[in-house]
Amino acid sequence: MGLPLMMERSSNNNNNNVVELSRVAVSDTHGEDSPYFAGWKAYDENPYDESHNPSGVIQMGLAENQVSFDLLETYLEKKNPEGSMWGTKGAPGFRENALFQDYHGLKTFRQAMASFMEQIRGGKARFDPDRIVLTAGATAANELLTFILADPNDALLVPTPYYPGFDRDLRWRTGVKIVPIHCDSSNHFQITPEALESAYQTARDANIRVRGVLITNPSNPLGATVQKKVLEDLLDFCVRKNIHLVSDEIYSGSVFHASEFTSVAEIVENIDDVSVKERVHIVYSLSKDLGLPGFRVGTIYSYNDNVVRTARRMSSFTLVSSQTQHMLASMLSDEEFTEKYIRINRERLRRRYETIVEGLKKAGIECLKGNAGLFCWMNLGFLLEKKTKDGELQLWDVILKELKLNISPGSSCHCSEVGWFRVCFANMSENTLEIALKRIHEFMDRRRRKEKMIN
Amino acid sequence: MTRTEPNRSRSSNSDSDKNSGNGGGGRTTAMRVIVPLQGVVQGRGGLFLGSVIPCAFFYFLQFYLKRNRKNDESDNSGEQNSSASSSSSSPNSGLPDPTRSQSAGHLTELTGLPRSLSRILLSPRNSGGAVSVSGRVNCVLKGGDSSPYYVGQKRVEEDPYDELGNPDGVIQLGLSQNIKLSFDDWVLENAKEAISDGLSISGIASYEPSDGLLELKMAVAGFMSEATKNSVSFDPSQLVLTSGASSAIEILSFCLADSGNAFLVPTPCSPGYDRDVKWRTGVDIIHVPCRSADNFNMSMVVLDRAFYQAKKRGVRIRGIIISNPSNPMGSLLSRENLYALLDFARERNIHIISNEIFAGSVHGEEGEFVSMAEIVDTEENIDRERVHIVYDLSKDLSFPGLRSAAIYSFNESVLSASRKLTTLSPVSSPTQHLLISAISNPKNVQRLVKTNRQRLQSIYMELVKGLKELGIECTKSNGGFYCWADMRGLISSYSEKGEIELWNKLLNIGKINVIPGSCCHCIEPGWFRICFSNLSEKDVPVVMNRIRKVCQTCKSQN
Repeated sequence: MGLPLMMERSSNNNNNNVVELSRVAVSDTHGEDSPYFAGWKAYDENPYDESHNPSGVIQMGLAENQVSFDLLETYLEKKNPEGSMWGTKGAPGFRENALFQDYHGLKTFRQAMASFMEQIRGGKARFDPDRIVLTAGATAANELLTFILADPNDALLVPTPYYPGFDRDLRWRTGVKIVPIHCDSSNHFQITPEALESAYQTARDANIRVRGVLITNPSNPLGATVQKKVLEDLLDFCVRKNIHLVSDEIYSGSVFHASEFTSVAEIVENIDDVSVKERVHIVYSLSKDLGLPGFRVGTIYSYNDNVVRTARRMSSFTLVSSQTQHMLASMLSDEEFTEKYIRINRERLRRRYETIVEGLKKAGIECLKGNAGLFCWMNLGFLLEKKTKDGELQLWDVILKELKLNISPGSSCHCSEVGWFRVCFANMSENTLEIALKRIHEFMDRRRRKEKMIN
Repeated sequence: MTRTEPNRSRSSNSDSDKNSGNGGGGRTTAMRVIVPLQGVVQGRGGLFLGSVIPCAFFYFLQFYLKRNRKNDESDNSGEQNSSASSSSSSPNSGLPDPTRSQSAGHLTELTGLPRSLSRILLSPRNSGGAVSVSGRVNCVLKGGDSSPYYVGQKRVEEDPYDELGNPDGVIQLGLSQNIKLSFDDWVLENAKEAISDGLSISGIASYEPSDGLLELKMAVAGFMSEATKNSVSFDPSQLVLTSGASSAIEILSFCLADSGNAFLVPTPCSPGYDRDVKWRTGVDIIHVPCRSADNFNMSMVVLDRAFYQAKKRGVRIRGIIISNPSNPMGSLLSRENLYALLDFARERNIHIISNEIFAGSVHGEEGEFVSMAEIVDTEENIDRERVHIVYDLSKDLSFPGLRSAAIYSFNESVLSASRKLTTLSPVSSPTQHLLISAISNPKNVQRLVKTNRQRLQSIYMELVKGLKELGIECTKSNGGFYCWADMRGLISSYSEKGEIELWNKLLNIGKINVIPGSCCHCIEPGWFRICFSNLSEKDVPVVMNRIRKVCQTCKSQN
């Protein structure tokens, strides 16, 4: 040290030399400037509160499940946190747990997850705990799978409308593109073989290599399950093109009637051909079904050994806290509790859904026929002055500013038809939902009166 | 190349064409090809076309050859590797040859077992029916299975040492697990409250900012200040929390460098960087070797040379990653070191990532820990924007399972991008709440940290003493959990092969898992990293006996 540095000085070396960041850091692929997130800001600034701020913004853009939280709380409190959490060992048990940092994940927790996932599917598919890779949330699981299945500049085919977060999760750091599979209301937004073929061809024409199809089942934002026939067609398509099939099933526990949900796991269950099975991967998380998003528990389930091994090693970047695993392992293995929870959760969500759809119908607003999830897909096309994306955003703005309701415009979900909006109903109390419906009624009444006056 | 003369006039062009056109009968066919070509290149833009066409042809040829060569290269890389390493070893193992490679670290990555996870080697091949995966998979799986790092880890898992239950088992000296620090006392005194408060789930289950609760950030900032003996006051709003130091380093790699760029990393370094910096980012590491003759201290001359050589090869360096206290040596960087580094970074306009995860585990009496934050405290804004610090709460509290690390930066753009990226690697909320209640009592925290340090120091001294008696010297470690041991006297040949042989003996005969220097990219064979945080005082003699056994085996063979 103290030796003079070599002569090579960079040409623009002066006091104004600001150090640069990467393209990833400065890009806006994170998508946080879209209306999807802008509405959240409005909510943060003026959040609705029953007593303190009754005229505030009601958050209907966040797909969170609070309807069954009391069941969890009661269970955990009854079992006595100290005792159950760390077993009879107490503090030393905690210590052991705090020291555990294996990327395989706690075996008890993986077994609990496998059993929970089986229960949700009514035992129609089996899950092997050794194929479960834990990640800190489904967001991380989707990104991790993308890193593993595709190289930069490749593409994944994703049916529209889709969850706005995919733009970030699948593309930002991975360098992978999303090519949309266009779906429309003519057939309730189901995926057709023609749409699949067309999307694939679009990618090929642009010289982009397609590595897989990623679907959400039940769908976000549609709030509807994917039909069994469609799943079979999808798998066929993927086999023919020799690509992967990723099924994001994070809302699988939120299907109102268990019989209406077919998991891709069921389709694969009876297939022996490894070359077919090993292209199928499932993503799951506890954030939606259990209403524990803050816990950040996600998982990749893959029928492909290489994918499992790689995902496990890469999960080092996004491990689930050992404390969290331990906390939830005993709860999820308690089959009596989980059976009860799943059943009651489904029932409550169904009732909420019916409340909001009925309420909207009375106001003259139709929704897509849904059977799952924490939201409904509402059609406000008839209210648009201009049947364009701008027109839709204008309406969204009016709803946010005038009605103080934050809902998600279909364009942020890349819907090819304008006028659709996603409205969440499970992240609030029943009273709040009533208030929201009331505001909508009043808005629609005002509009009708205005129209009458004009006419 | 063509014989164009750019200053020819038009009339002379046509003259020469006519002449060439009327060339001898036997060469007519060839002339018919050459003449039009000549005509083309002697026409407008003659010199340009005359250079471009052959160049283009040349490059296409190279490209074609390279593509075919690439496929062969990757298959043969194994053989290339071993031949490279044997050529650098001296069969009589006389004077050690301190350099294994000429260019700074470039060849080092290739020598020895194919364990470093460098660039994607192949584009995925679609062999018939099997569906292909990304190139990354090959890197991850190929590098993993044979690496001593993973092999040793597996052996420990299969046959773990236990004083009573399995006294012949493998002792884990590879990484920090099962830390025997003063945690138990603290837990018994404070845990009950902390645990039950932290475990109530109401109010903590919903979405929270992914980069961490403000309360926890404040507590972490306090911890970091403690580690610097309060010479720096860390601002919680400049912290981004994430699920582990690996994630923190990966996030910084994504933010500070583009795919194809590189970071300079002085070696020996943490084996984890190959994964954290390179696996998913496409960013490369250029190793800057440090030598035992310099006590493994960084030389600015070598650093500079590495930068210059990378530049010549067309590789853009975006930053330098240092660790302080260093892994594996445990040395503390002096103020002069740090100022020199800052100068270097400023001159080159690059970033500095200062990995200070062991800042709270300084156990030596000599030297002081100086955080990079202290160095830039008085500097201009622009310099501060190039400094980013990684901290790991788990290391100080011995809670590795709880996954809670931090990025501290003065650069608002980096903070903004990092915050968004933590959605992909957030800290679990019950864990955040647990940590908040655990560390919000400063007195207890101070006591915990102090006791930890004392224990680390006493184990370290016992271990070093024992090794010395066996003729094994260690570099002076002032912080962290590792001993950097010189076992050159025990290896059969002064080469990586010899080092791996010794590692094998230590694992299979000695039943201890240590990390060979090659995993840390040390260019001098024979050094080993020994982690002592897992040991209690009575374990030290057991370890010594095991090593003694191996020493005896080595001596009888040599």
